[in-house]
Parts: sequence; structure tokens; C-alpha cells
Amino acid sequence: MSDENIFSQRFEIRGGDFSNAGKTSTSIKEILQEVGIDSSIIIRASIASYEAEMNVVMYAQKAILTLNITPEKLHLRLEDDGPGIENVELAMKEGFSTATEKMREMGFGAGMGLPNIKKNADEFQVISQPGKGLSLDITIYLNSTG
Amino acid sequence: MTLKEIKELLEAEVISGEACLGQEISAAGGADLMSDVLAFGKPGILLLTGLSNSQSVRTANIIDAKAIVYVRGKKPDQEGIELAQGKNIPLLSTKFMMYTACGLLFSHGLPGISSPPEQTRHER
Repeated sequence: MSDENIFSQRFEIRGGDFSNAGKTSTSIKEILQEVGIDSSIIIRASIASYEAEMNVVMYAQKAILTLNITPEKLHLRLEDDGPGIENVELAMKEGFSTATEKMREMGFGAGMGLPNIKKNADEFQVISQPGKGLSLDITIYLNSTG
Repeated sequence: MTLKEIKELLEAEVISGEACLGQEISAAGGADLMSDVLAFGKPGILLLTGLSNSQSVRTANIIDAKAIVYVRGKKPDQEGIELAQGKNIPLLSTKFMMYTACGLLFSHGLPGISSPPEQTRHER
């Protein structure tokens, strides 16, 4: 797969860093614009990335976000060292949240994150290891219309 | 409706992006919750919000919102202003509360993101 990549980049996201939250996704959006990807795909990828990034800022210490673009698809893989999710099925329901007051003050933590990633992705996989971390796999096909 | 008309209707102060006031806005949405903006926002909208930290500008940029109006006299921090300038997102601030600001714009013909279904509309 790697030899067909037209672009690949790794980003480190720091948990708890609310003032910088969203910077990585802003950079990703700029990269996608430079690569010349269709704007409707860029919005979907940026929203998914932003929700995933906020999830790290709110719940984990650190995460690595890897962006891979091939001629066919855009892939975001996020691996964090947070507490994981005990019940992924429940977390996928709109409105379910374990957010704190601080998170809500930032305008987040409404329980829309994972459902919104799913809505914007063509393929979305959540691998949770409670107590160890969370891994999110987000794929968006470049020829899809959403 | 242009941003300039919106500025006048809301008696708003322009925080940044004075040169972009000629932009045409065709729909708006109001929310303090950025999760909701990410879930329901549409490209090209005017975002009305009471959330004045830089997340409001980052979120607006992510969904391709055209401009932000801060309600209740709020103003973003310097980081938010700089980001908005870099992304050409004009920022305005109105003293009106969210409900009044949205009502003023709506009653002057600026629709929301989605219209209500036909059958629930009031007959006139």
C-alpha cells in the first residue's frame, strides 16, 4: 500500500492542550487543499479529523495521527494512549458523552464526535483497548460523493 | 444578503475582515456548541455563536463557513482573530442575544441551514 501513496504525514497531538486543539486538523485541511482534493471530500475529512483530534485533547495524553492519501482514498489513522472506550456501541450513539465541564466550555463534549466521524467516513473502525488506548481508522474514498 | 447588510441589521462591530463585507450570505446557523456546528453546519453559512475562544474560528474554517457573528457582545481572543485573518473569515460582534440576532436576520429573509418540511409551514 505504501508505494502507491501520493502523500503521507504523521502528526503528534497532545492531550489536554485545549488552546492548540484543532491545529492539526487545520493543517490537514490545508494539505488536502494543496493536494487538490475535491472540496466536498476535504470538508468530510476535516470534520472527521477535527472530531478525532478533539477526542484526543479531551481524553488522552498523546496521540499519533497519520494521514495517507492514495489515488483512490484518503486514510486517517489515530492511535492514542487514553483510557479507551468501555462500550463502543454506546459511544457511537448520538448524545452519549462522558465529557467534563471544561470540555463543554470549549464547545465540545456533546456526544456527537464518534457518530459524526462515522457520518463523514466511508469506512470507520474503532478499536478500543480499555485502559490502554483507542485506535480510529477513517477511510474516505476520493471518488465518492458522500 | 450581504455581510454589510447583516452588520447594519445587527448593529454589529467589525472585528476583522472589513474588506470582505460585500460577500453574499445565503444561509445562517446559530450554536454555542461546536459539536453541533460540525454535525449540522454547511459550507458557506454565516455562523452565529456565543463561544468566543479560538475553537469557534477553527470550527468555522473546518466547515467552510463564510463569516462569524459573535452574539451578546462577545469577542474572540487574539489567536482567533489572527487565524480568521489568515483564513479570510470576517468576524463581527453584536450586542444582541442569540435569539434576537437570529430572529432579526431570519425575519429579514436570511434562511436557516435547513427549511422546515412543507407540511409544518404556516399557511399565509
